[in-house]
Amino acid sequence: MAFIPHTPRDVETMLASIGVTSMEQLFDEIPAGLRVKSLQGIPPAMNEMEIGRLMRSRARQDGQLLCFMGAGAYEHHIPSAVWAITTRGEFYSAYTPYQAEASQGTLQLIYEYQTMIASLTGMHVSNASLYDGASAVAEASLMAVRANRKSKSQRILVPTTVNPYYRKVAAAMTCNQGLRFEEVPYAPASGCTALESLAAYEGQDITALVVQQPNFFGQLEDVEALADWARSQGALLIAVVNPTSLAILKPPGEWGEKGADIAVGEGQPLGVPLSSGGPYFGFMAARMEHVRQMPGRIVGRTVDLSGREGFTLTLQAREQHIRRAKATSNICTNQGLLMTAATIYLSLLGPQGLERTAAASHARTRELVAALSRVKGVRPVFEGPYFHEAVLSCDRPVGPLLESLASRGILGGFDLSEHYPELGSALLVCATETKTTADIESYAAALGEAMQSMRAA
Amino acid sequence: MSPGTSASQAAIEHRRPSREKVIFEYSHRGRGATDQWPSAPPAAAMADLPARLRRSTPPLLPEVSELETVRHFTRLSQLNFSIDTHFYPLGSCTMKYNPKACNQYAMLPEFLARHPHSPDAQGQGFLVCMYELQEMLKEVTGMQAVALSPMAGAHGEFAGVAMIRAYHRARGDLARNEIIVPEAAHGTNPATATMCGCVVREIPVNADGDVDVDALKAAVGPNTAGIMLTNPSTLGVFERRIEEVGRIVHAAGGLLYYDGANLNAILGKVRPGDMGFDVIHMNLHKTFSTPHGGGGPGAGAVGVSARLQPFLPIPVVGKDGERYRLLAEKDLPQSIGRLSGFMGNAGVLLRAYIYMRMLGREGMSQVGEFATLNANYLLARLQQVGFDAAYPRRRASHEFIITAKRQARELGVTAMDFAKRLLDYGFHAPTTYFPLLVPECLLIEPTETESKDVLDAFVTAMAQILNEAAQEPERVTGAPHTMPVRRLDDVRAAKQLDLTWKPTAQS
Amino acid sequence: MSNVPPDLQYTKTHEWVRTLADGIVEVGITDHAQHALGDLVFVEVPEGGRTVAVGDPCAVVESVKAASDVYSPVAGEVTGGNPQLAAEPEVVNSDPYGAGWLMRVRPAQGAALPGLLSAAQYTELLASEE
Repeated sequence: MAFIPHTPRDVETMLASIGVTSMEQLFDEIPAGLRVKSLQGIPPAMNEMEIGRLMRSRARQDGQLLCFMGAGAYEHHIPSAVWAITTRGEFYSAYTPYQAEASQGTLQLIYEYQTMIASLTGMHVSNASLYDGASAVAEASLMAVRANRKSKSQRILVPTTVNPYYRKVAAAMTCNQGLRFEEVPYAPASGCTALESLAAYEGQDITALVVQQPNFFGQLEDVEALADWARSQGALLIAVVNPTSLAILKPPGEWGEKGADIAVGEGQPLGVPLSSGGPYFGFMAARMEHVRQMPGRIVGRTVDLSGREGFTLTLQAREQHIRRAKATSNICTNQGLLMTAATIYLSLLGPQGLERTAAASHARTRELVAALSRVKGVRPVFEGPYFHEAVLSCDRPVGPLLESLASRGILGGFDLSEHYPELGSALLVCATETKTTADIESYAAALGEAMQSMRAA
Repeated sequence: MSPGTSASQAAIEHRRPSREKVIFEYSHRGRGATDQWPSAPPAAAMADLPARLRRSTPPLLPEVSELETVRHFTRLSQLNFSIDTHFYPLGSCTMKYNPKACNQYAMLPEFLARHPHSPDAQGQGFLVCMYELQEMLKEVTGMQAVALSPMAGAHGEFAGVAMIRAYHRARGDLARNEIIVPEAAHGTNPATATMCGCVVREIPVNADGDVDVDALKAAVGPNTAGIMLTNPSTLGVFERRIEEVGRIVHAAGGLLYYDGANLNAILGKVRPGDMGFDVIHMNLHKTFSTPHGGGGPGAGAVGVSARLQPFLPIPVVGKDGERYRLLAEKDLPQSIGRLSGFMGNAGVLLRAYIYMRMLGREGMSQVGEFATLNANYLLARLQQVGFDAAYPRRRASHEFIITAKRQARELGVTAMDFAKRLLDYGFHAPTTYFPLLVPECLLIEPTETESKDVLDAFVTAMAQILNEAAQEPERVTGAPHTMPVRRLDDVRAAKQLDLTWKPTAQS
Repeated sequence: MSNVPPDLQYTKTHEWVRTLADGIVEVGITDHAQHALGDLVFVEVPEGGRTVAVGDPCAVVESVKAASDVYSPVAGEVTGGNPQLAAEPEVVNSDPYGAGWLMRVRPAQGAALPGLLSAAQYTELLASEE
């Protein structure tokens, strides 16, 4: 019996202790008509050797492409120690640390994580993680509605330079509460949110402005001006940031005169494998004045009965298990294990290693943009600074081009035509520190060949 | 011999594991795990980034060696209780063994390296696992269709209630905004209803733990969107009048939501679809044994009856001939939309898939059976040694409630004291003070993967604690004595917020 | 046994009400309520100038294990919340009927105090809830 340790004799003794004669009797309160007849749709059991063989063959089937794709998930080097420690049973198979005395390891680790995230973002406080970057934008929007008491409109301005999937998720998760997201267009030359397009909203009741830095195109927004604009309008500022970039880019807490109110993002770049999209984790940090409006778990340091330092979940009156219908969110389970991996990753990288990772990724992307732009028919779309991701236009349709590249073992980037049809045949590319000059050259060569053969066809 | 109480408090303090420093206290400027760093690019590489958008002071991250890092986090791990190290009878959480194979084969390099925006053609091996997982979940729950993207139980609840709202709305039935929940429900149920813009109506349960059907009849009406039920309920008993509850809610035009928190109790025995439920979420990190990870990641797949199928959250894994692909907006135009940046917690889903394939048809039908056997056995034994069942006239499901009301009154020893003292005996505490309905409650869920020997040892410990409570109550009320910390000052934690480490002047 | 001063009026939701000399109504939570909540760690009181109806949630009291709304027993205008409580929520525990008052409301023209309990009635209510 898979993972069930009972011997027939155990079963006999146990049934006798209960005072029943059969297993069946334990289910005598369930109406007979409801009982399952059989589970024909479930295949027969496989032992570990058999499942191992099946899974290895399926993994082999997928193979591995040389990855030049970003668009919200980034391939970075992950030190061996990160997952060796994260998958230790004491982290992997523990529950949420409600029983503080038996969970000091997880609790202290969360406290260390909160410290790192707060410092990276330049904010005062961090929670213990949310599901992912996209849902974190939804939670930040709901939090802004609670925190901005002067605003009654529940209107949130979201530039179209914010990750389109984040915008979709935020809308899906908040529409039943009446939040309205209003899209702000970008300037065609810079690929950035222009202050002029915000002018239409001046003097209106706006609850919050969302700004992504670097934005979905990789372009750097003028966060100073956007932050100050939000402040001047009584709107809160929600920053959506890439954590790696924060080693070299200005943290949201320092944007403009007052800084952002809430900073969120996708934590995946910090030691989490790409893994078809999850599990990742969302991070959220905020100014202290908003801490009671935060969703999710928060750990605090305190002392025990003997005066000894210890860690515990705190501010729990915000949460669903106490506040029920009036909780700040329904979130309960979050992404603890991924937050664990990120904390170990950030410890191994440290301030210098993270800065080098950010700088090397950026340098590789510049190298990539230069190499690909030398291919006939390919050119960069936007002017102005970008970080570790950029948009290229191609004079051949991107869909077939990417297929052709995939057949050459290359994941060439993200096809922007569905979400940004106005850009025509455009491709979002990314190179991280994991790519070498040889990798970049082979991409450029493959792209040249693919374009060539599409022209010939 | 009772742990940690033979000596003076000072001696006990001495025996506690020493405090592990906060990692920043190990930090030295200029130290680092340099093997993990890429080589520095030339300074000119960042010349295009304008100074006004650059960071001016480095973030507060520790500067430590790789060994220091490994040692620190290994030590931290050793301060935890976990399934791998301790019996963890946490009610309503299904802390069963997380097979190592599930982790190992979900972490094959090709699975880990696959970018979420990779074309479906480069993920057929992965997608077939996801498709088959959907199919197996349909089979064990009796639902018509399954979507995998919600990332935790509460996220699945959100998807479920959002689908109920979308269904009513699509029919032009706009007044239905009330969600009925029994008073013993998980806090996530009412919180979810609120997130979906609904009003919560709580209804009572009767003395034997069944929903008060008269109260339900009075509560339903033209505003009823649906009812959220856990069955077996959080009281550890099967809702016997489930079919009648279903008829009442359906007759009033509402839908039935099944909170899958307790699905382990009935896995292979009863299917929510056969009970009449329209929508269900499953906690794959409970029933299907993916790890809890110290608070996640979970996975909250949802299943629906045919009428809710068009509203499923996207993406859903579809099959065209022999090819598998992610169905999106074009395929499901009435979908409640995307709840995740990509497709949810894919790696967790792989683990659940591997677990289900390892159990197979036969193993799947034994889960509910042996979980129920263990719970009823543990309940019977605890009653024998002097504990009171909250619902003595009922059969336990996969979990049950002991109430320490009598001990609290007679001995001044509360459910919390029992829970904390258990830690000294090497057992994780049961769930305490939930559900709120039962005073001084301990909600105990042993799961099917624990042996009779472990259950017997737990009973022995509980009996010993009961004895201590009568003889030397302060041993129990002052517990734990052997853990890294004693009971913590929660009031101080909430009033003098210390949420991040700050360097002192010296460091 | 919890303290129920005879000179105050009470609500079923465990607020107490004191009518001050100028007709303004002072509201707090009872000794029973503060005891049931445990040590308060956070109190939020309404700002002056806010118009409230009977039963409106106006203040929040939080301990580490529970959170509770405080409802206005009367329609009118809030003249102010207790400014001391932001920094010292524990005053509600130590002096629930005095320095731990939560808010003051000027009843609207002709507004009566509806359905309040006397000290004897409230004591009875507590006994029945045991």
